Amino acid sequence: MSDLTATAPGRAAPRMAGRVKAAIILFILFALMPPLASALDDPFYVLIGTRILAYAIAALALDLILGYGAMVSFGHAAYLGFGSYAVAILSSYGINDLGLQLLFGITLSAVFALITGAISLRTQGVYFIMITLAFGQMAFFFFISLSAYGGDDGYGLSERSTLMGIDILQSDFGLYYVTLALLIAMFVLCHRIVMSRFGRVLTGIRENPTRMEAIGYSPFRYQLTAFIISGCITSVAGVLLANQAQFVSPAFMSWHRSGELIVMVVLGGVGTLTGPIGGAVAALLLEEWLGALSEHWRLWFGIFLVLMVLFSPRGITGVLERMGIVRTRQ
Amino acid sequence: MMNLFVLQLLNGVQLGVLLFLIAAGLTLVFGIMDVINLAHGVLYMVGAYLIATFAAATGNFWWGLLLMLPAAVLVGMVLEFVVMRRLYARSHLDQVLATFGLVMIASEAVKMIWGTSPLSVPMPEILSGAVPLMGPLKYPVYRIAVIVAGLAVAVGLFVLVNYTRVGMLLRAGATNRSTVSALGVDINRLFSVVFTLGAVLACLAGALVAPILSVDTGMGESVLILTFVVVVIGGIGSIKGAFLGALLVAIVDTVGGVFGPIWLRQILDPAAAGQVGRVLGPMLVYILMAVILFAKPAGLFGRRA
Repeated sequence: MSDLTATAPGRAAPRMAGRVKAAIILFILFALMPPLASALDDPFYVLIGTRILAYAIAALALDLILGYGAMVSFGHAAYLGFGSYAVAILSSYGINDLGLQLLFGITLSAVFALITGAISLRTQGVYFIMITLAFGQMAFFFFISLSAYGGDDGYGLSERSTLMGIDILQSDFGLYYVTLALLIAMFVLCHRIVMSRFGRVLTGIRENPTRMEAIGYSPFRYQLTAFIISGCITSVAGVLLANQAQFVSPAFMSWHRSGELIVMVVLGGVGTLTGPIGGAVAALLLEEWLGALSEHWRLWFGIFLVLMVLFSPRGITGVLERMGIVRTRQ
Repeated sequence: MMNLFVLQLLNGVQLGVLLFLIAAGLTLVFGIMDVINLAHGVLYMVGAYLIATFAAATGNFWWGLLLMLPAAVLVGMVLEFVVMRRLYARSHLDQVLATFGLVMIASEAVKMIWGTSPLSVPMPEILSGAVPLMGPLKYPVYRIAVIVAGLAVAVGLFVLVNYTRVGMLLRAGATNRSTVSALGVDINRLFSVVFTLGAVLACLAGALVAPILSVDTGMGESVLILTFVVVVIGGIGSIKGAFLGALLVAIVDTVGGVFGPIWLRQILDPAAAGQVGRVLGPMLVYILMAVILFAKPAGLFGRRA
């Protein structure tokens, strides 16, 4: 790390290219999934697929700050909530446009992330984890007591959003491909951010905040900006989840959900952007599979988690690395 | 009005004492080993289930309490030996994940062993009445007993930390772990002791509260987050901070929840006051946390930020 030129684009570019290639393969597979599902005559998979893609967006957003900024946010489910309640609130006023809903969700998230991030980022380590968890819980209780939108029981949406006046999202296929398009857009955005000067400063702060401060960067401002961006991207996932379920409830933002988002990121591989997308797929499929096997799937999922941390701390990427299939670090 | 205030204040103190029992272990584990343990709330739940089982088996609350303690020690030691021990040297992220896994395992295991329907623990005869407090106001003896027991444990902890050899090592470990280790103290054994002590205190809190709450699988979660708020407000590693933080959080939570809407009524019309109060009530402790952290990022008695 002492030699700054060693991490210059020249060396980093090929490393990144491998991950981008992996991401492109994943996106192609995602695009092929719905025709395959309808060939198998099981359109239900398309809805599960939409859910997985939406969570992939959230995991991607979390990886931006967790992987590149070393900020372990345990309150990210709150932004899923802001996104989904943005849909509910606007639709209760008769506004069903996806663009406006996204804008509203992102605005809510930006404000919340600005305030809570500014307080949380004054601390670090264990404090940061617990404070973000507490703020996430605060948002959770806020929506529980918001009786105008069903409170604890949640709020059903009569119809899905429209895209520029077209009701393309009414069909499950349409929703799936719009979600996929947004996932790809968000991946490109995150990738651009990570490769930009901003992303390099953020990574530098992760490695050594004191040194970055010494050469004239303010860690707080960079970290806060990244924190807000991450919250905003997560709310996009929330908007899509509300459309997928046609229902919003505070359960979207419980602290278990925040924990699951972290699981997805770590399962896929922290700080790889592509990994968390795979992590979301793996975690949710594992959930579905264990859920089908046993009503006590949480027990097995928990055991899986503990074993993963103890024996393969770098997730799927770590396993693939050891098998020599991918090379991501060093 | 005054009566209601005193009543809520006492309820607040009672909750505060319980929160302190849970937070004490958590703050020591954080402070000394820098380990985050999400499964601490689970221990509180396990304590309640243990006393429910033992009290039902023996037909007596006191026997239940007596049998619960060695069982709690065992639970703490097993947890430390099987999982926590392997997490000391790991990153916070790994600790979060592994203990999150433990939360899932424990709450599901409790459901499998004891079922999903809530259990109840009979209140001991001798503590089941109520005493007159002021005017027509009466207060349950059991809740007073919980306050007294909690304060007694707090005094015991205070003596342990400030006037014994183990306490000296604890304080030294919280200040500078590596120096204490270099001086020949087996820091890992010290941590095992601290973790087990914390586990027993959390179980004790669950056992004490069991007769006045229904024992169910969700009870650990709500308390866990409140305990985190307590630890953050008080300052990580500080027993004194945990005590004051617990009382502050609990009193704000109970008194604010009831009196918030009443006070709001003086500036808003009743309907709006009720609405705003219902929304703000549960958020109050988090707003309190935000304000305190804004002024003091390391908490009231924290050393490091």
